[in-house]
Amino acid sequence: MTTAVDHYVTAREAISLPGSGQGWLDALRGSGVSKLREDGFPTLSNENWRYTNIRPILRQTFNPAPSARKESGHEEFAGLILPELHSHRIVFIDGHYARALSSLDHLPAAITVEPMATAVACGRNGVKEWLGKCIPEDSSGFTALNTAFIEDGLYLHLASDIHVQHPVEVVFFTTKTGGQLVQPRNLFIIGENSRVHIIERYVSTGVDSHLTNSVTELVAENSAVVEHTRLQEEGGRAFHVGGLFMRAKGNSHVISNNVALGSMIARTDLTIALADEGACCTLNGVYLGSGRQHIDNFTQVDHQVPHCKSDEFYKGVLTDRARAVFYGRVIVHEGAQHTDAQQQNRNLLLSADAEVDTKPQLEIYADDVKCSHGATVGQLDESATYYLRTRGIDETTARSLLTWAFAADVINRISSTPVRNHVEGILGKKLFGVERLEELV
Amino acid sequence: MLSIKNLHTSVVGKPILKGINLEINAGEVHAIMGPNGSGKSTLANVLAGRENYEVTQGEVLYMGLNLLDWSTEQRACEGIFLAFQYPVEIPGVSNIYLLKAAVNARRKYQGLPDMPAVEFLRLIREKAKVVEMKEEFLHRSVNEGFSGGEKKRNEILQMAVIEPTLAILDETDSGLDIDAMKIVADGVNSLRNPERAFIVVTHYQRLLDYIVPDFVHVLAEGRIVKSGDKLLALELEREGYGWIEKEPVAKSVGA
Repeated sequence: MTTAVDHYVTAREAISLPGSGQGWLDALRGSGVSKLREDGFPTLSNENWRYTNIRPILRQTFNPAPSARKESGHEEFAGLILPELHSHRIVFIDGHYARALSSLDHLPAAITVEPMATAVACGRNGVKEWLGKCIPEDSSGFTALNTAFIEDGLYLHLASDIHVQHPVEVVFFTTKTGGQLVQPRNLFIIGENSRVHIIERYVSTGVDSHLTNSVTELVAENSAVVEHTRLQEEGGRAFHVGGLFMRAKGNSHVISNNVALGSMIARTDLTIALADEGACCTLNGVYLGSGRQHIDNFTQVDHQVPHCKSDEFYKGVLTDRARAVFYGRVIVHEGAQHTDAQQQNRNLLLSADAEVDTKPQLEIYADDVKCSHGATVGQLDESATYYLRTRGIDETTARSLLTWAFAADVINRISSTPVRNHVEGILGKKLFGVERLEELV
Repeated sequence: MLSIKNLHTSVVGKPILKGINLEINAGEVHAIMGPNGSGKSTLANVLAGRENYEVTQGEVLYMGLNLLDWSTEQRACEGIFLAFQYPVEIPGVSNIYLLKAAVNARRKYQGLPDMPAVEFLRLIREKAKVVEMKEEFLHRSVNEGFSGGEKKRNEILQMAVIEPTLAILDETDSGLDIDAMKIVADGVNSLRNPERAFIVVTHYQRLLDYIVPDFVHVLAEGRIVKSGDKLLALELEREGYGWIEKEPVAKSVGA
């Protein structure tokens, strides 16, 4: 393990980062370096990582891509945009802002969307106040690694009382160069009583491996309504580690849609602190594994105060030799009375060699609460297959339809139709070789 | 239309049907009655093609062809429809999608192109009225969160849209209040015609007040022990099933 840590610490020392010289920022990055040195990368003996062996990630050495490369890769990227999606789009190539591919012309004045490199250098509103503040104490060495390198990513600040009509879409595209370490660092601050849908997309097409290690912090101020859709659709040899650390203030509602489709090994750490009364979160997740993919979703909901609500719904479909992990931790802190916490994790295994480890964990330190959880792992419902066949639908189609429906149950919770269609398209291609449900019948 | 000859069926190695003989002609409505565990649902499901229902003896001819050679979906495409006793909930598949898939599966089997969308919607709306189903139900997931009555009405809606040649209703009256039963019965009666036959499996005579059968058969311990007309159902209602066990095995009836 030490060798990987040494490698990244050395790589860190070799580059200069934007905004350095500011005491708070230097200290923040420095805390990342020291935490990485102290804790190292997680091992299987770490309870939160016990089902995910990251040694394949540490065996290779990944290096930050120089920013000069950002002008290449435009052609590769062209086919990857979602044509039907009307969004304010900001694009990063190999971790660096690509202005030419971004389209931010029609942004309302009350919203700031700019590269983190600029935001930290210029000390934008809330950056110093919030950067690093949503990250839990026990976050992993990967999060520390990201903090050590804070360089670029999306800084989004939305003023109060603004309803942003079209989604803000940030795309992190990793070129086929191979071997890159891409570490987006995002900060989203959503003002009081404002509404926005943020889409965070990770895409790569290359056959060579690269490591994406992202960290996003999201703050929903009082009464804000934020939908956050995370689409991880990186290439089959990519390694993806992503953190999404959120804080929901009074009467805000955070809707997280966490979609994991790509990468060889993919791990997301999603935490949300329901920090003031009336805060509410809906956590939707869908993961699809095929081949030898390994997809790990760690989630943690912190009910810190009374009268908060969380509703978590994660579904996975695994085929071939794919493996998935779901760890759903819900903590109801002392005094957090009238908490309403629901959690469901359902898994569909389409092959005998697919595997899922699901671990719901409720820790309740208050006595007047409504909490429930459920986890299922199963095959397709034979009675449903029979039912469809008695309506004339052939067996293969019936099975595909039921699998589709199983996943669509969560996918349909994403508000944006073009995003839903896109996710269903990937599901269709991955499992049945068709892009639309209509083609099945 | 349907000719069942000496049908023996086992489920997980246990013999359930022990020599069923039944002749059904186009235009007829046959009621199958009998106590719990007599094999009524097994008969319905073996005709529809449920897997793991093993036919150990006998044959079933449908339109003169060997029905038991066909897959479940082929039977459906050939015009056999089963209204389930316990309709299955399918989250994520909308009612309207299922109906469209069912209609087009059958058209494809017949070598026809998909039904044009406008025509399909007109058909669905018209049929939904027959079973008094609100349009919003069409867009909900199949049977998900439906009440018992809504599920059964949904079965009848599917039947009305698919327009089968032989419709088998498996205890469609179970769990229905009188109003829902009337709606279901009206739906069935509106589909009665000289080309179509019905098998109505029921435990109680009640449903047969509304769907008046041409023939009534009493099933006990895997055999038809008595056949008659609608008066037999009334007799069963009065006497219960207790006397049935004493009856000798009846000959098959039907014209």
